[in-house]
Amino acid sequence: MTPLKGFGSSRSEGRLLSIVLLIAITLTLTPVVRLFVEGVTDGDQLSLNLMQEVLRDDTTRTALLHSLITAGLGTLVSVVIGGAFAFLVALTDLRAKAALVFCLMIPMMIPPQITALSWTQIMGPSSVLLKTLGMAPPLGAPQPLYSPQGIILLLGIQHTSIIFLTLRAGLRAIPQDVVEAARISGAKGLRVWWQIIVPLCLPSLAAGIAITFVTALGNFGIPAMLGIPAGYVTLPTLIYQKLAGLGTNVLAEVAVLAILIGAVAICGILIQRFFQSRQRVHLVGSTSRPLAIPLGPARLATECSLWLVVAAILVLPMLGLLATSLVPAYGVPLRLDTMTLSSWHEALFRQPATRRAFVNSFNLSFGAALALIAICLPLAWLMERNPTRLGRLFDGLVDLPYALPGVVLAIAMILLLINLPFTEATLYGTIWIIFLAYLARFMTVMFRPIQASIRQLDPAMNEAAQSVGASLFQRLRSIILPLSAPAAVAGAILVFLTAFNELTVSALLWSSGTETLGVMIFNLDDSGETVMASALAMTIVLVVMVLMGAIQLAARHLPKGVVPWQT
Amino acid sequence: MADINLRAVEKHFDGVPALHAISATFQDGEFVALLGPSGCGKSTLLRLIAGFEMPSAGAIAIGATEMSNGQTGHNVPPEERNIGFVFQSYALWPHMTVRRNVSYPLEVRRTNKATLREQTDAALSATSLIPYADRMPSELSGGQRQRVALARCLVSNPNAVLLDEPLANLDVALRASMQDVFSDFHRRTGATMVYVTHDQSEAMAMADRIAVMSEGRIVQFDTPQALYAQPRSRFVAGFVGEGTVLPISEVARDDACVTAKLFGAKIAIQTDSPNPDLICLRPENIEISETGDIRAIVQRSTYLGGRYRLTLEASSGAQLIAESRAHFPVGTQLGVSVHAPWAFAET
Repeated sequence: MTPLKGFGSSRSEGRLLSIVLLIAITLTLTPVVRLFVEGVTDGDQLSLNLMQEVLRDDTTRTALLHSLITAGLGTLVSVVIGGAFAFLVALTDLRAKAALVFCLMIPMMIPPQITALSWTQIMGPSSVLLKTLGMAPPLGAPQPLYSPQGIILLLGIQHTSIIFLTLRAGLRAIPQDVVEAARISGAKGLRVWWQIIVPLCLPSLAAGIAITFVTALGNFGIPAMLGIPAGYVTLPTLIYQKLAGLGTNVLAEVAVLAILIGAVAICGILIQRFFQSRQRVHLVGSTSRPLAIPLGPARLATECSLWLVVAAILVLPMLGLLATSLVPAYGVPLRLDTMTLSSWHEALFRQPATRRAFVNSFNLSFGAALALIAICLPLAWLMERNPTRLGRLFDGLVDLPYALPGVVLAIAMILLLINLPFTEATLYGTIWIIFLAYLARFMTVMFRPIQASIRQLDPAMNEAAQSVGASLFQRLRSIILPLSAPAAVAGAILVFLTAFNELTVSALLWSSGTETLGVMIFNLDDSGETVMASALAMTIVLVVMVLMGAIQLAARHLPKGVVPWQT
Repeated sequence: MADINLRAVEKHFDGVPALHAISATFQDGEFVALLGPSGCGKSTLLRLIAGFEMPSAGAIAIGATEMSNGQTGHNVPPEERNIGFVFQSYALWPHMTVRRNVSYPLEVRRTNKATLREQTDAALSATSLIPYADRMPSELSGGQRQRVALARCLVSNPNAVLLDEPLANLDVALRASMQDVFSDFHRRTGATMVYVTHDQSEAMAMADRIAVMSEGRIVQFDTPQALYAQPRSRFVAGFVGEGTVLPISEVARDDACVTAKLFGAKIAIQTDSPNPDLICLRPENIEISETGDIRAIVQRSTYLGGRYRLTLEASSGAQLIAESRAHFPVGTQLGVSVHAPWAFAET
């Protein structure tokens, strides 16, 4: 796409672009740069001493190893489940695909600490669900999920949808006639799959694997909930433990750890970009007709097994969570006479901390969504009309704060804001540091849908308004805003959804009074209030599902590429 | 090689009929074109023959084998029909070299190495692709890609070759030379070929017989010459060649010829229908002469190189298309006489 360069764009547009771009770059990229500077300096000197020291430490090495093992094997689990789903949904004539896809997306949207909490509720000796069914293992039996295997399993389930989405997008780009040509040449069944389809979708599969690995590497909720009780420490939990235990004195040390995990993540991101750019290059032909290979008599059995998998990874844990949230105290089996909503009442209306967390999370997410619309809407439009080198740089790097592990961004934010330049003031410990971190992290969640919708706008729309004398702000308000509003709203809901559940960033940035919902669930469970944590988690799951349903219902009216699970 | 038999083939998509009871036989070794405007069902018919779609009713046989039957549900999958298919988008596999693309049908059939190499080379040289054998499809031009697609379907000695608008993505000059490639290919192999196109000149140039399709039906299935000279419906008369369809009245027969009245003037007509009511006026049926019975005014004159195409308005208001070597400015009054046009009855 090459917009009219310089033509029709006014000087005021150029000025506005510079301002908005400056704000956006400051928000997203300075923390990352600041973090890097911290790693290679000692005082004011350029030095790698601290880095060598931390890297030589045994705990660092163990945590790194644990991170690589859990992220790597977790990715493998995601590839097996997500790959099977992607091939079957994209290539065959399964029924009710939309419902299947929607259900598969929910694990991605449910925050990891809730995933971990819900799974622990269907296993182990104190599981309310198992007790109710009379299947609970004897007291004292170990919780099987408090182990590397448990972390791997849940990381795999949590990120299944990433593999699913990227692979399905790749499969959809394969023209139908390429497959038909193979069949007419005499190739049957698995041979078509192995010799034609798999080679053609390998780049997208590889890109999906890389980004899944990066996401699993940065996951904090699952290793924190399952690994800390088992004494199994990964890099994100190591950073959390150091910072929580020793405070900001160890900031330089954890900065090095953050750089370490960031470096691994960046390798993964580069691999993903490499494969993404190779995707679809040589594919020509019509993609209008989706592939629908008839499964024949195997269709019903396939459908049943796919829905069984969905039930196992989504419905069952949610039932466990629900069961736990309805008992008066942890360990009591759920019966009609023991069922109570008291913990819901307690969590939602009584506890000041949880109420505060609700207010904080709501304000943070809502505020972030609004602020990001205000930044991204003019930015995306101006960047489309005035391609500049700075704009392209931003376009290439805006994903970074989101793709990098949350702990990396959190440490970077602390370093940047603990001493505001030229003042004695600090933002550390206030809600503003979380807010700014959210802006940086979720910028891309808002920017990409708006960008996609603005790219589909006819440039003549704006030029027509210009020709009748509308000024820059009039055009923004009366032409660009209404036309890209659906995408902006979808982006806002996505930002709200992700921020409302966020744990990793706020886990390192919160202090008393600025708890978020993610932190609250983690803290409640940590202090043994599992029943209340479950009730709170259930509320969040409901909010998530309602918001996802709203986006899904609106999906038909949105431009292509706005809803992430409808690529 | 084999003939193709369609018996009352119907196809519905979600209850909406796309093809209505199509019956036809394509002879062994024949080059048949399916010609029609977009949406007429010609591609659907081709995909039914290939086996990508199942007929909703009726039966399709290739040679002696029944390939699909809408009543019994019997269906031979495309991979077992031994036919070639050339796609509009070529559908080359981007991850295989030209040679592997061409040899793949043999590879699938577990042909032994030596035969595979020999037959692949033969197919490559028949399409003059030997120099490009080790390139990837992305490194080829449009015409070369189309030749690879042709070589791929020729290599396995198919019973029939189906072509789905294979020239639609090529420029005009390349199209003409690829038409020669297809014609030569047909002459050399003697394969039964079914060629889908919406371009009548393409169909006229290559096909032995043309099936003109409209709204899911074959409206006329004839040689190109017969389609042009003896259309049997208003649609064919208008779609094939340039012509004007006009109503006639008072058809009368004597021993020598049939006559009818056009705009009140008596003209001789050719027909094989007992009660024709329409004529198809081709430019060559219209002669401009001062003594002509029909008066007309020149509305538009287009130079075609060596001759002019004249759009005339007869005094009755009807439009006629004539050709003339002489130039007549717009507005000129002319006399026109009509020579033995083809007359038919619209059914």
